[in-house]
Amino acid sequence: MRVGVLALQGAFREHIMMLEALGVDALAVRKPEQMGELSALIIPGGESTAIGKLMAAYGFYDAIRQQHGAGMAVWGTCAGAILIASRIIDALPDQEPLRLMDIEVRRNAYGRQVDSFEADLDFKHLPDGPFRGVFIRAPWIEQVGESIEVLATHDGRVVAARGEGVMATTFHPELTGDPRVHRFFLDQVVGS
Amino acid sequence: MTEKTTPQTGTLRVKTGLAEMLKGGVIMDVVTAEQARIAEDAGAVAVMALERVPADIRAAGGVARMADPGKIEEIMNAVSIPVMAKCRIGHFVEAQVLQAIGVDYIDESEVLTPADEEHHVDKWQFTVPFVCGCRDLGEALRRIAEGAAMLRTKGEPGTGNVVEAVRHMRTLTDQIAWLKGLRPEQLYAAAKDLQAPYELVKWVAENGKLPVVNFSAGGIATPADAAMMMQLGCDGVFVGSGIFKSGDPAKRARAIVEATTHYDDPDVIARVSRDLGEPMVGINISEIPEAERMQERGW
Repeated sequence: MRVGVLALQGAFREHIMMLEALGVDALAVRKPEQMGELSALIIPGGESTAIGKLMAAYGFYDAIRQQHGAGMAVWGTCAGAILIASRIIDALPDQEPLRLMDIEVRRNAYGRQVDSFEADLDFKHLPDGPFRGVFIRAPWIEQVGESIEVLATHDGRVVAARGEGVMATTFHPELTGDPRVHRFFLDQVVGS
Repeated sequence: MTEKTTPQTGTLRVKTGLAEMLKGGVIMDVVTAEQARIAEDAGAVAVMALERVPADIRAAGGVARMADPGKIEEIMNAVSIPVMAKCRIGHFVEAQVLQAIGVDYIDESEVLTPADEEHHVDKWQFTVPFVCGCRDLGEALRRIAEGAAMLRTKGEPGTGNVVEAVRHMRTLTDQIAWLKGLRPEQLYAAAKDLQAPYELVKWVAENGKLPVVNFSAGGIATPADAAMMMQLGCDGVFVGSGIFKSGDPAKRARAIVEATTHYDDPDVIARVSRDLGEPMVGINISEIPEAERMQERGW
């Protein structure tokens, strides 16, 4: 299985390291033509505005939608969760989501960096107890569509969810060294 | 089942985590809300809110201090990306003020006039993360020991001359490679030579990298400058005077963002470097008296 990590900006190296530790062939994707043979694509954390602008400039919007339509699973973490949503609250006027997943996401939902936090989460289907969620100027998922399964909440807000061939986490499993969410994505979302 | 703990803010992981999210990006100096919006629109990952860019601080002379909080708030209200602001080296009350108004990162910066010629701010006392400048590995590790969650090589701010940024980045890389080649019993003397804590020296020797994200700063003025610093191994770039002291800031800002992402693709760098208008006027480092070189500030 070959998994791409969108490497335009942000914490893409950490996702690649996590995937390689799980024995997966991981590819840093900087151009749309690199996406041909991918089983899945991870859109990492970073600044959603910066990543979105670079995606638009290099033709990623159409390419990702097309590959996703052809079976490529997509997981968005933090900024990535914002980008794959159907609707963004508090988006910049020209900020367009990919609309791959029937969720509505609120940017910078918890406030500024001084409000960034880490907390234990009960992540559905994961073995071995709580998962440490690292939330950095994080969004939350304000609403989910009928086809979407909620995987984790924090303080009553949805922070992880999945649909067919898509997953969103508003926190950063790539920063914790704990591979359980990555394994869940590879086993349960890719090829589902 | 492991017990769940209460949520925590201001942890090292949360502080370094924001720096991780900025990687591969460009942080731009801005002095007005309008400039901040131009930077955000060009794809900046954060802005540095200032009253004057380093080139103007250099020209004005006198004592350079933290910006007016009202000015910083104006910029915070104008954009949705993280906003950083500078305090003077060792000026912990300026840092307290910046934390109180809610900036996302504090830059304890040699661009401003130092407030303490012996001590830097004890950064562990703060919830907000700090970025600090360094010219070599010893300075980098001393800042990390004080609680810095992100580093930037200093370069020489406000010059539009990349030569010092290159010198500092190469120095760091060479020293990390040197440490990596030492035997465990040699690390104690290495710590003494570097004037850095042994535990951090050992960590770098074992891991072959810095424990925090390191950007390049101080003199980057063109897309090719930014891409060169990325190829030399930094995690991202700060562009100070280089953007808003140039002829077409919006276009140059966007070009530097693209060159930073595609730093190893000369075709992209060539394309974005075309027709950018006048770059900022540069200064040769030898023309700056040693006492006026900002990189010498910090201990």
